[in-house]
Amino acid sequence: MIDIEKLSFSYDDEETHEKKFVIKELDLYIDKGSFVAVLGHNGSGKSTLAKHLNGILLPSGGKVYIAGMDTADEKNTFSIRSTAGMVFQNPDNQIVAAVVEDEVAFAPENLGVPPEEIRRRVDECLEIVNMSEFAKSSPSRLSGGQKQRVAIAGVLAMEPECIILDEPTAMLDPKGRREVMRTIKSLNKSRGMTVVLITHYMDEAAMADRIVVMEKGSVIIDDVPKKVFSEVEKIKEIGLDVPQVTELLFRLRSMGIDMPEDIISVEECEKVILDRLKGLKND
Amino acid sequence: MIKVSDLTYVYQQGMPYEKTALDSLSFEIPDGDFTAIIGHTGSGKSTLIQHLNALVRPTSGKIEIDGVDITAPNADLRTVRKNVGLVFQYPEHQLFEETVYKDIAFGPTNMGLSESEIRNRVYEAAGFVGLPLELLEKSPFELSGGQKRRVAIAGVLSMQPKVLILDEPTAGLDPKGRDEILDQLVRLHAENEKMTIIFVSHSMEDVARIAKDILVMNKGRLAMQGSVAEVFAHSSELREMGLNVPQITELTHRLIADGVDIRPDVYTVKFAAELYAELLKEAENV
Amino acid sequence: MFKDITIGQYVEGNSFIHKMDARVKILLSLFYIIILFLISSPVAYAVFTAFTLFLVYLSKVPPKFILRGLKPMMYILVFTAVLNLFMTQGSTVLWVCPFWSTLKITKEGLTTAVLMILRLVYLVIGTSVLTLTTSPLMLTDGIEKILKPFEIIKVPSHEIAMMMTIAIRFIPTLSEETEKIMKAQMARGADFESGNVLKRAKAMIPLLVPLFISAFRRADDLAVAMDSRCYHGGKNRTRMKQMKMTVRDLWATLFMVGFAAAVIFIQKLM
Repeated sequence: MIDIEKLSFSYDDEETHEKKFVIKELDLYIDKGSFVAVLGHNGSGKSTLAKHLNGILLPSGGKVYIAGMDTADEKNTFSIRSTAGMVFQNPDNQIVAAVVEDEVAFAPENLGVPPEEIRRRVDECLEIVNMSEFAKSSPSRLSGGQKQRVAIAGVLAMEPECIILDEPTAMLDPKGRREVMRTIKSLNKSRGMTVVLITHYMDEAAMADRIVVMEKGSVIIDDVPKKVFSEVEKIKEIGLDVPQVTELLFRLRSMGIDMPEDIISVEECEKVILDRLKGLKND
Repeated sequence: MIKVSDLTYVYQQGMPYEKTALDSLSFEIPDGDFTAIIGHTGSGKSTLIQHLNALVRPTSGKIEIDGVDITAPNADLRTVRKNVGLVFQYPEHQLFEETVYKDIAFGPTNMGLSESEIRNRVYEAAGFVGLPLELLEKSPFELSGGQKRRVAIAGVLSMQPKVLILDEPTAGLDPKGRDEILDQLVRLHAENEKMTIIFVSHSMEDVARIAKDILVMNKGRLAMQGSVAEVFAHSSELREMGLNVPQITELTHRLIADGVDIRPDVYTVKFAAELYAELLKEAENV
Repeated sequence: MFKDITIGQYVEGNSFIHKMDARVKILLSLFYIIILFLISSPVAYAVFTAFTLFLVYLSKVPPKFILRGLKPMMYILVFTAVLNLFMTQGSTVLWVCPFWSTLKITKEGLTTAVLMILRLVYLVIGTSVLTLTTSPLMLTDGIEKILKPFEIIKVPSHEIAMMMTIAIRFIPTLSEETEKIMKAQMARGADFESGNVLKRAKAMIPLLVPLFISAFRRADDLAVAMDSRCYHGGKNRTRMKQMKMTVRDLWATLFMVGFAAAVIFIQKLM
């Protein structure tokens, strides 16, 4: 689905006139239907990477292919953007229209889709993100989580194969975050949509099938969540978090208690500790 | 001391969208306290803190700060706002001066202080938030997101308030930026014993990490007030209000429900690790 | 501060006027305004008043909303009235200022003042009925369609309409932001209310600078978000909501023309 070969992105520093690399020779392949989280702190290059995935930015070196199309080829621009749709961080700054359903219609209108077909897509996409009852509302009356779901519907209306979300929950409250994450998860699980989620929240990344950790423009870890979070020290070192239960077991290990490395949820941790206590008593 | 008695605020009174944002709130916050206000969006947190420095006038009720009624019609708003510093959400969006120095000096200048006093305060405030002094002559718009936020916080600290209130000071920051701000608040509190710090947060982990006391808001009412341990002990009530407890507290409460004998007031990983290590080693020795 | 502005606010409804085609509505509103400026006789005004009330009734918009639109006009209304009342020269003097005899009210002045107030009030009511019954999208679409023929003389009809859409969309966002920045600076001791004009203008800097920066940041974000949804101007663009003229619009037009003829006839006669 997404094929990135030796991608570099650099700019010339105004003062020193040196080349500064935001992304350096990055290789990444993302399968169709997968859910990949790209994790990294601000300035790690993760948002710059996201902007390469639908041709908002073009590589200074290397190639990015979306469904086989080269993003650097201008005649592909619209096909790429409608194949890999993008949702941004600030819900207020990406909504164009003053009515929810017109907002969702915006992209298909740009693509010249016939009116009846737009209507059908708008209704369907609002249904998918569970916002049908707000079709006639003004976006300014919605909560952050609702606005972000409208933005997702606005992208889905292009019928993309892949959706890229650039820190979609960074400005939301916990309730809004849950709503948006539930929507993203169901897009992937029940609709087979390829999802690339850029985030710095560990609990969100844990929902993905695969986590790509970025630091200084390169991929430093690329694995399934359980394996990624087992590298507690490495992750903490680059200024990111691990789930509290993972850290708890890490600390217990360093105190000489044998504990598994790949626990990321409260339920799993509860079970591990209970089993250990019972096991010890039964011995 | 902050004393709030029977505070009620009705939004757009007499209009079709009328809404009781605050419903007869009464509470006290002692001097030098480090209090977190939690509650989901729309619970009245932001409205409450805007009342505390008289940006919003209550519909009824009274707020006294050090015995002075700030809700009185003749209250001196300048003094109130000097004593109670309020840092808004995403405070970096209010920066406007040509240099960081001038922006931090905005508050003290409005207070009519002398040039030398302003200078002292700017340096002190910059020091509190850990801003390197060479940044003071830069434009605030050249700084990184985390640095901008620290400039904005320094812009309130330079007024030397007795009470510092912050609305979601870590919103939108990555873990590293968040840790920097939280650490600075802890340091600020340690170095200024008399300063009361109040902050609004959605992150229970942050609250557990730095606060002493918690005030829980729900639907415009005060739902709970107490120490961090007392409030987080009520995990099921909090969940009903759409709030969480830290993951580590949740784990502990689940284990207690499973019949494990362990104290419930666990809310930091460090403390939990010691406790669980002891528990597991003890079980091993039996 | 933007709360009282009713232009751009839309009240959902199902009335005859709501259902009319936006293009027809816009053109008839223009027609309404032209008639308003052609008449001056009291009888013509009486008929016009009745017609305006009938329009409000037909729109089924609560009159409260329409009256709210007049509130921000208050100062302009008073100013216009006072100016016309004292400045109009006339033969029949009704009152002379005992201290300064140049200041006087004439019968002509009184008539002009009343006339000007009525004109302004009806202007606001007429446009309010249009905007309150037409969704912002339909309104901008209508304007785009009406301007379309002028593309030959390089009028960027699509761009104008898109700019209006975005402006309408961002009014609530920016007004919220204004309030927030204002409060944040007040918390730092800023004073927006006292002092002379110069001092007040200077006091606005801490509000305006962050507001402009934020507006530019939003514009930048929005441009990227629009790009990534394949926006490329009006070319080959389709619309979900199509505009259709119906018999209703024909009736409305005929009624309006009939009314115009009647009012102008009365005006000529009296």
